[in-house]
Amino acid sequence: MEFCGSHTHALLRYGIRDMLPRTITMKSGPGCPVCVTSTHDIDLAIAIAMAPDTIVATYGDLVRVPGTGGSLERARAAGADVRVVYSALDAIAIAEENRTRQVVLIGIGFETTAPTVAASIVTASRKSLRNYRVLSLLKRTPPVMTALLHRGELRIDGIICPGHVSVITGTEPYRVIPTRFGVGCVVSGFEPLDMLRAIDLLVRQIESGAPGVENAYERAVSDRGNEVARELIDRVFASCEAEWRGLGAVPGSGLAVRPEYEDFDATARYHPDIARSVEPAGCRCGDVLRGSISPQECALFGTICTPQYPVGPCMVSHEGACAAHFSYSAGT
Amino acid sequence: MSLVMCLAIPALILSVDGDSAEVDIGGVHRRIGTMLTPQVKVGDYVLLHTGYSIGILQPEEAEQTLAVFRELAEVSEIL
Repeated sequence: MEFCGSHTHALLRYGIRDMLPRTITMKSGPGCPVCVTSTHDIDLAIAIAMAPDTIVATYGDLVRVPGTGGSLERARAAGADVRVVYSALDAIAIAEENRTRQVVLIGIGFETTAPTVAASIVTASRKSLRNYRVLSLLKRTPPVMTALLHRGELRIDGIICPGHVSVITGTEPYRVIPTRFGVGCVVSGFEPLDMLRAIDLLVRQIESGAPGVENAYERAVSDRGNEVARELIDRVFASCEAEWRGLGAVPGSGLAVRPEYEDFDATARYHPDIARSVEPAGCRCGDVLRGSISPQECALFGTICTPQYPVGPCMVSHEGACAAHFSYSAGT
Repeated sequence: MSLVMCLAIPALILSVDGDSAEVDIGGVHRRIGTMLTPQVKVGDYVLLHTGYSIGILQPEEAEQTLAVFRELAEVSEIL
């Protein structure tokens, strides 16, 4: 299983999936930040966007993800001030230009993005910026990897670990996977040859019956990872339970803003009453994210649900498995 | 603008100024945050993610990987 959505993308884009022998099946995992964000959390973001004197800053694809009643894009059409940003630094700049309004960054992403959001909170704190807040929907990779394997729904023989998450985490956190589950882990880059090399290393591990943790992305990933970035994450955030689409609540897999930085925590100011959140009818993104079905097995895939008119987040996001299969799988 | 969340792209550091730096990304210049890689210096290649450098690329390791890639290419030619 490749965990990262960008790996799914690379496997399909370069035709690697079709080139592999039939004994090797690649399964997409829950490694697309937009996709794993729960409908409840989308509803929360929309409710905050509709609050008075509020600007919501969000990373690109999230604006199109349907919540229970609409999306951030629809909220914008209804008058909410929703701005797409490339970086948390852009959200800081918006807050500096709009001192009389609250600016809320919808913080989605994994360990790759978490330190950048933490850095923005530290910057806002240093600048005494009183109108910058983060709705932290950030998630951690190792706890969900463990949760997925513990579930035992699939027989996974090896895992391709996310390259840019590992730039931050290093390879250490994966050691528990071979020890506890007997499943090998290889960290991979995103070039086609990176991926072939990672698959080759995993096959060798499986054939030798000696699962371990290997790093095939040495030019960017070290065993210890980026310690400065991890210290920043720990300074600003504490681990908490988080809700994942398709997997439900996973203990320790989220990052909540610490009480010391409460002034920058959106949940300390906004308490919207979210009625029961409802998934889009017929959407099987949850099953796709667990690797339980392939996108083509969803009845909506490619007919009702397309990148132009997406029903679920896996078709919205460029990293989503459904979008990747739709774009690169000919005739399926 | 669409964004691939976990994509990080290499950028060349042109100048450093406190917590930020000017970088070259394939000919485009941009100011980025360097709080996560305080040790960056001019001439380093960094991985850029959502406006921040998250890691510094290791030229020696990159060279080793290229050697493996070349080996793979030779094998595929033989096949």
